Amino acid sequence: MTQKLIIIGAGMATGRALEQLIEADPNAYDVTLFNAEPRGNYNRIMLSPVLSGEKTYEEIVTHSAEWYEENGVTCRFGERVASVDRARKVVIAENGDELPYDKLMFGTGSNPFIIPMPGHDLEGVIAYRDLEDTELMMSMNETNKVVVIGGGLLGLEAAAGMAARGVDVTVVHIMGHLMERQLDEAAGYLLRKALVDKGITVRCQANSKQILGENGKVRALQLDDGTELPCDLLVMAVGIRPNVKLAQDIGLAVGKGIHVDDQMLTSDADILAVGECVEHDGAIFGLVAPLYDQAKVAAKTLLDKPATFVQREISTKLKVTGCDLFSAGDFAEGEDREDIVFRDPARGVYRRLVLQSNKVIGAVMYGDTADSNWFFGLIKEATDVSDMRDTLIFGPAYQGGTPMDPLAAVAALPDDAEICGCNGISKGQIIAAINGGADTLDAVKATSKAGSSCGSCVGLVTQVLGVTLGDEFKMPEKETICKCSDLSHDDVRKLIIAKELKSIPHVMQDLDWKSPGGCHVCRPALNYYLVCAWPGEEVDDGKSRFINERVHANIQKDGTYSVVPRMLGGITTPKELRAIADVADKFKVPTVKVTGGQRIDLLGVKKEDLPAIWYDLGEAGMMSGQAYAKGLRTVKTCVGSDHCRFGTQDSTGLGIKIESEMWGAWSPHKFKLAVSGCPRNCAESTCKDLGIICVDSGYQILVGGAAGLDLLEAELLVTVATEEEAIEVSSAFYQLYREGAQYLHRPYKWIAKVGLDWVKEQVADDLENRAALAERFRYSQKFYQVDPWAERARKGVDSHEFTPLADFTKVAAE
Amino acid sequence: MTDFIDIGSVTDIPVQGARIVRTAHGDIAVFHTASGHFYAVDEYLEGKAGPLSNGIQHGEKVTDPMRNWVFDLATGEAQGADEGCVGTYEMKVEGGRLLLSSAAIAGRVAAE
Repeated sequence: MTQKLIIIGAGMATGRALEQLIEADPNAYDVTLFNAEPRGNYNRIMLSPVLSGEKTYEEIVTHSAEWYEENGVTCRFGERVASVDRARKVVIAENGDELPYDKLMFGTGSNPFIIPMPGHDLEGVIAYRDLEDTELMMSMNETNKVVVIGGGLLGLEAAAGMAARGVDVTVVHIMGHLMERQLDEAAGYLLRKALVDKGITVRCQANSKQILGENGKVRALQLDDGTELPCDLLVMAVGIRPNVKLAQDIGLAVGKGIHVDDQMLTSDADILAVGECVEHDGAIFGLVAPLYDQAKVAAKTLLDKPATFVQREISTKLKVTGCDLFSAGDFAEGEDREDIVFRDPARGVYRRLVLQSNKVIGAVMYGDTADSNWFFGLIKEATDVSDMRDTLIFGPAYQGGTPMDPLAAVAALPDDAEICGCNGISKGQIIAAINGGADTLDAVKATSKAGSSCGSCVGLVTQVLGVTLGDEFKMPEKETICKCSDLSHDDVRKLIIAKELKSIPHVMQDLDWKSPGGCHVCRPALNYYLVCAWPGEEVDDGKSRFINERVHANIQKDGTYSVVPRMLGGITTPKELRAIADVADKFKVPTVKVTGGQRIDLLGVKKEDLPAIWYDLGEAGMMSGQAYAKGLRTVKTCVGSDHCRFGTQDSTGLGIKIESEMWGAWSPHKFKLAVSGCPRNCAESTCKDLGIICVDSGYQILVGGAAGLDLLEAELLVTVATEEEAIEVSSAFYQLYREGAQYLHRPYKWIAKVGLDWVKEQVADDLENRAALAERFRYSQKFYQVDPWAERARKGVDSHEFTPLADFTKVAAE
Repeated sequence: MTDFIDIGSVTDIPVQGARIVRTAHGDIAVFHTASGHFYAVDEYLEGKAGPLSNGIQHGEKVTDPMRNWVFDLATGEAQGADEGCVGTYEMKVEGGRLLLSSAAIAGRVAAE
């Protein structure tokens, strides 16, 4: 005997359930299908290709009017169900019709989440959910601006679809990188780059404040930093909420969604639910694969056949042409987890597998997702991968093969890329020398001159030999930057410039980093190399700096900080001293000490007090002494010819001039100078990174001194006649060190590597080069001579560093 | 059932940044990692490490600024040769808000 089945909602899950039911037993039920949208079932996940114009609506319709008719389904499209009387087992339609049922199936789907911010009800603010939304987006063209809130799957598909129509699209995303639920930072970076290439503006970590309107219609989105993003249409794609209203009204058990058991039965045994409206074992569902599984189980349950819904691993692919990405499983890092990372910079490929107990538990892929199903299979089946670990990342085709070449980054360089900066030798010229018979490093040095000057490019030259000669050439062992990379410091620096890499994720991707986000050793080094290579471009990443440079003060053993204002050349004034005394009183500074660099250290300052202390010191005209920086520290001076009977020159004045010229610069390590007025050397110039000793005839410039872990006497670089030359040589030497030395090497270590003679050639002998170095230094200083204290005390830069997120001490005390 | 207390917005902590939550019984460091996860752990491992909110983050780990100990943010365990563990606290994100388990604050009071 035919029973009556009523289905509420014609979506993908109920559509599939209906298909399965009819296929198994076409006569079991007399079916009535309600749908609030005035149409039948279409493939909702294909709306994105419709939006971008790659498909038409007709192509994504899954069940046509004929299909419903042939299968005897009574369609009530465009009609809502008003209520259900469970006691009498009748459904009450909007128009008052009462329809009896034996079984009822909920497929009410989900509602898009609309952020209830001011202006959300303006005309032109929409979600991305159904064909109407899609059609509105399709009506946009080259003359329109659209803002999409939400950098998840749906938001990006909406953005890319409209961008393909020439619309000026901006994506506003609250989190730090796109699709953070599916992608890690590296893949998020590649995705962002691809979207930006498509002309989409992406703003991450942007908090929307309100939607601004005009005559009831949307005009712009305002962010909480005050930025206004003008738009003709605003699309919110920030998530979905299961639509449980009707189920709740009629008293079914409801949590986040309609509660269902493993048979898809709700708390009422005659009512089933499938799709995005259900909650099963605490989980809700937004992707299509589990929905189809539910549909299959529901159809069997309706036919009284045993079936059990089991949640399984799901994977995600983004449907944006040209952005191939795939993510599945769990890819958070953890103590008992290991990462295998593969990057092919030339092709823009990133792959990461997360392993736990010799099984793949997560995968993220970007650029080449051809093997994604194979990896997904390994995750689903929890395959033990111990035997194929070494080649696993390359995919199924490489099982049993050999691992990829570690020389990939150098192999990918174009022939005109400069390898040896000293002699201006390109990769092509080195290859020509090798092909001409130079098959050892020494032979290449002799014939092409590459690597024969400062020697910092030797690592790269060796790799070019390796790439060109293959197995015939044995690569020497070398010291790498850290365990995250096979490259040395010198290699990394040169490749940053040759490949114009301008962010840490970019460096890690293009130089084949082996860890997903680097470590505390490579991150600060890379940050310095970027800061040095690209002055004036916003490359500095505070989060890759050590705490002292991040908060512009020195952390002490008890977690307090020390504050050292700059005193140019060691000269101060009563006004400055009064201001220092006042802040010491006001902020109860426990220790005030005179430093070896001729300035005053306020020790024991609380982190929260730093901006206020800096404000007060700034009022008296003082700025940061950068006593915490891998950068220019102090210029120590003696009193010189102004006061001293032995003084030959104005050493104090020169010290002040040099410090005025050089403060604010970052370098591989700290850099300390001194100027002494005569060879009695009261300013201790002979143990400084750069020391000047004034003599009757001019200025002796000494470099490479040390008086720390190592004790070394500075050696004479050059003697010059005028103050101007002394300043230029100092700047040029500092710049040569800044550009060449490995991070955390003081000048003496760097000089030991490149040789003092080479430094003399560059700075003392070659006047043109000296001028060019000094000019590069001056250019860089335009951007780095900014008092970081003033920015933080007066402009609120990085305020999050100095204040607690929340304070419950008072609450608890009450 | 765990109770949660709103401690701020996800945008209050920059990616790869950290801030502290003060409680009557010590500071808790809240981390926002590059992968978009949030973790709450003790700011100090008494006598051994901290203040951890000042460390450099990499992946789901942080390096202590004082002695370079590396801690796993999810488990609180010191990595490598170092032995020790900082307390971890349950937290979650809902609607762009950061929620910290009230036990992180009240539980510590109760422990006294």
